[in-house]
Amino acid sequence: MREAHSRGESINRTRRTNPPKPATHMPDSASKISQLPPAIRLQHVSHAFGAVEVVRDVSLEIPAGSFTALVGPSGCGKTTILRLIGGLERLARNSDDTPDAPDTPTRGGTTGSALTHASDATMGFAFQEPRLLPWRSVLENVALPLELQGESLAVRRARALEALERMQLADAAGRFPHQLSGGMKMRAAIARALVSRPRVLLLDEPFGALDEVTRHELDLALRTLWESERFTAVLVTHSIPEAAFLAERIVVLSPRPAAIVAEIATPSGPRDLHTWTRDDLGACVRTASDALLAAIAERRTR
Amino acid sequence: MSRRFTDAQRSLADHPAVGIVVPIVTASGAILVWTGIKGAFDISDYLLPSPLAVVHALREQPSLYLAATIETAICASLGFLIAAVSGVTLASVLSLFRIIERGIYPLTLLFQMVPLIAIAPLLVIWFGYGRPSIIACATIVSIFPVIANTLAGLRSRDAGLNELFAILGAGRLTTWWKLALPSSVPSILTGLRIAAGLATIGTIAGEFIGSDRQPLGVLITTNLRSSQTSAVFASVLLAACVGFALFGTVSVLGRVLFARWLRGT
Repeated sequence: MREAHSRGESINRTRRTNPPKPATHMPDSASKISQLPPAIRLQHVSHAFGAVEVVRDVSLEIPAGSFTALVGPSGCGKTTILRLIGGLERLARNSDDTPDAPDTPTRGGTTGSALTHASDATMGFAFQEPRLLPWRSVLENVALPLELQGESLAVRRARALEALERMQLADAAGRFPHQLSGGMKMRAAIARALVSRPRVLLLDEPFGALDEVTRHELDLALRTLWESERFTAVLVTHSIPEAAFLAERIVVLSPRPAAIVAEIATPSGPRDLHTWTRDDLGACVRTASDALLAAIAERRTR
Repeated sequence: MSRRFTDAQRSLADHPAVGIVVPIVTASGAILVWTGIKGAFDISDYLLPSPLAVVHALREQPSLYLAATIETAICASLGFLIAAVSGVTLASVLSLFRIIERGIYPLTLLFQMVPLIAIAPLLVIWFGYGRPSIIACATIVSIFPVIANTLAGLRSRDAGLNELFAILGAGRLTTWWKLALPSSVPSILTGLRIAAGLATIGTIAGEFIGSDRQPLGVLITTNLRSSQTSAVFASVLLAACVGFALFGTVSVLGRVLFARWLRGT
């Protein structure tokens, strides 16, 4: 872990000696992180589903207004960490609303503490699938969180439209999910996550099912939105380039049970479509994949 | 856009005109076979009246048959409506409270298992002679598919959407109203279509016990006693028409009124 930290710093050095055109005036993202109070703090969190250990001793501080990406091999438990942050594992255990569904295997339970200082405010959640109600228009889908909070129709409409505008989907407000492309569905899902103006946005591989062009488009839309609004964002993804593009910091996780093996700062500054091919982003991706491959290799030899 | 897409996907067999023409051709064929068999084996009118005799019976007393058909249709519709409303309500209550479901659902099977003819006389004692007991018969026969299909629909809702509602803090009742019920519309409609046909069967069975009016079931029993087989055939034909009309109305109304919830199915 220490080694990975030093690698992350070396990335920052590379960037300083080799300054990218658009963002030289931006403050170093690593120093910015340390100044802000944490919005989410995980302390020695472990989690098991029955006998299967999924998360092992994860400690993580996520500052308010930061964008953090959790990266790891599939099935490593990164989604579980996100769900712990969002309080969903607890939720799943207490909910008996799913008739005839197999018991959610949370009997193993959690140790440690997962504190999210947004419990009073709302939390936005975007899933791997859009999860839109097929019988509702895009606008009605986006307004759903407000509707369940008991907001009036006028407020719901105005704020849902505003959220759609933020995701550049206002034109499709009256359409139904089956009339949307995969990318538009995902935009609607993120607009719904944003509609109650959450301080914390949790993203569980939201663009995993999209084609690459659409994915890049949505990555840029999300990053631009975050740059202007600075909510706290936590992204789970298995794509390291996507993590480097979207987030300020990449947390690399080992294969199951997930443990943190490296934390890497990504190049700071605004993103555009050319960021994908920038050298500093490439170097960051290389560092992160090296850390990930090393962790996988280490697990295999054990 | 979706309309055009489905049109392109439609084969000739799904064309709306084919849906009208082909049954007419088949029915004409059946009538020809019917007439042919009667002529070839020289079957007496008492056993098998000719199609013309059935038409003749209908034309002899049109107002009698019309009144009987309307009476049967009223009872079948009312029985169906009661079964639809109480079936969906009961299934919803069962799905909201699992303990009640465990206890009550096996009992609702009774509606399915008890031979209607056996309890029909009881219904007369409980609900009164004529319409009340006949409507009760229709309801009892048709309620089970409504309950079973509604329950199946309420149970099969998407786990991801269920989680979404839980995250958004929706309570049980809200989740039922805004998620479970809308997503079970297709299976509820399937249950209602089955119930529409069964309600007519239940109505006729109830009418066999007796009525203070002259519905189709009563026409069937009285004409059987006097061996007016052609009149029996006419009544049976009209009873089938009532069932078909109720089924068709439920199908069309369901598709029109609930179009929004049938998308993508």
